[in-house]
Amino acid sequence: MAGLRPSPWRDAGGALIPVAMDAIRVSALSKRYGDTLAVGGIDFTVPQGVTVGLLGGNGAGKTTTIALLLGLLVPTTGSIRVLGHDIARDRFAALARMNFSSPYVALPQRLTVRENLSVYGHLYDVPDAERRIAQLAEELAFTDLLRRKAGQLSAGQKTRVALAKALINRPELLLLDEPTASLDPDTADFMRCVLEKYRAESGCTILLASHNMAEVERLCGFVLMLKRGRIVDRGTPQDLLRRYGRDDLEAVFLDIARNRGVAEAVR
Amino acid sequence: MSRAALRRIWGLIYRHIALYRTSWPRVLELAYWPTLQLCIWGFTASYFATRLGNHGATAFGLLVGGVLLWEVALRSQMGMTVSFLEEIWSRNLGHVFVSPLRPWELVAALIGTSIVKLVIGFIPAVLLAWLLYAFNLFAMGWPLALFAAHLLVMGWWVSLGIISIILRHGAGAESFAWLLLFGLTPFSAVFYPVSVLPPAVRPVAFALPSSHVFEGMRAVLHDGRVAWDQMAWAAGLNLFWLFAAVLLFMRQFHMARVRGALISIGE
Repeated sequence: MAGLRPSPWRDAGGALIPVAMDAIRVSALSKRYGDTLAVGGIDFTVPQGVTVGLLGGNGAGKTTTIALLLGLLVPTTGSIRVLGHDIARDRFAALARMNFSSPYVALPQRLTVRENLSVYGHLYDVPDAERRIAQLAEELAFTDLLRRKAGQLSAGQKTRVALAKALINRPELLLLDEPTASLDPDTADFMRCVLEKYRAESGCTILLASHNMAEVERLCGFVLMLKRGRIVDRGTPQDLLRRYGRDDLEAVFLDIARNRGVAEAVR
Repeated sequence: MSRAALRRIWGLIYRHIALYRTSWPRVLELAYWPTLQLCIWGFTASYFATRLGNHGATAFGLLVGGVLLWEVALRSQMGMTVSFLEEIWSRNLGHVFVSPLRPWELVAALIGTSIVKLVIGFIPAVLLAWLLYAFNLFAMGWPLALFAAHLLVMGWWVSLGIISIILRHGAGAESFAWLLLFGLTPFSAVFYPVSVLPPAVRPVAFALPSSHVFEGMRAVLHDGRVAWDQMAWAAGLNLFWLFAAVLLFMRQFHMARVRGALISIGE
């Protein structure tokens, strides 16, 4: 296939993914607040169609990195290209083709689910938004909630509606900040199934910040490990497990969080 | 303006219409203050009108006309600022700012929302003035539209200034939404001519479009003539302050992206 290049990118099942171009290209990116370095000169690329996990402890720089990719923050140094657009100069063109979901950003509580999604249908200029809302409500199993106010929903229902908002414009890039935080295992599994299905059908790229290692192992073909604003390791989940001599990513996470390097962890 | 831009602007206006159509306390609040002001000043003016004969009737017209027109500026400003605050209170600002909505579209949507709120809040007061005091605001004729337009625009630039302060200092500065324009009332010559003010503070009054509007209103009600010089001053000052407020807003919006305030705006 013309334009494709060999790559180390694999899907969650370990199969090689042919990639056409980078959905995200980050070079020498840093963000400093006064004396505090939130993100310290990171470089990474995410090819189209791949799900990448952004792992790290609290304050590692995951949310800051996502905010930089969304243009909510101006970087101190470095450059970001998203879907071919330079975020510094052309962020609105990129924002129209991507979307974002986080349990820490709410939807207006007094609006019904349908009204909330209609607002975002307009903001993202979604053609035939009403049909898209009905389709998402069916896929995410909340058709019966469309007339209910967002403030009356349970945490699991709110997360499903928030994901519907994130999918309303059929994004080519989806940025998810802890999408299954505070969900019960059943609802969290349902959400992961929806994400896997959407990625398989649309070829969407997903950047996923999460503390749930099982979720990352299941969804992500590649992982970036962040610590104190820097990428301290990267690779496929299988590579990381092999390199650290561990059986699961949680143990790898702890090795990195507790300053046990690769050699020490293996020993 | 593109169709997509119009749709995004409408999306945010629709968000506020959806909020108000199911919240009668909010709708009541829109009409409450204009109606209350009209009652207080209308009865006061009626009392003086019965005591002062012909002069009293003129004073009555000046006071009630002043109350109603000043409410145009107050409601225009509060309608716009409170709509912005609603996004902060509902923790929805993050979603709005990662959508393709441009800052100028946000401002246009807030202006559109302020007009809707002004109409809802203002009509009961105008009707009440007619029912209680047989005062027909529209008897001023077409200059009324000019006065209202100037005060409407003044409400917008004051609101942009307040939103800039909120972007700079967080939601802790939200009290400016209720304080700032009300604090300009003494200098706006709403109920008395600028000549009543001490000479030292007259420059403040002359720097405000509102003082020229109310001097113009007095010329219409008192002498039956349109004071074009006052209208020109009001227009020029509105343009100047609007330009300054837009520059301030753009600067503070950019600085909010540098400081990370868009994702952490709060107390």
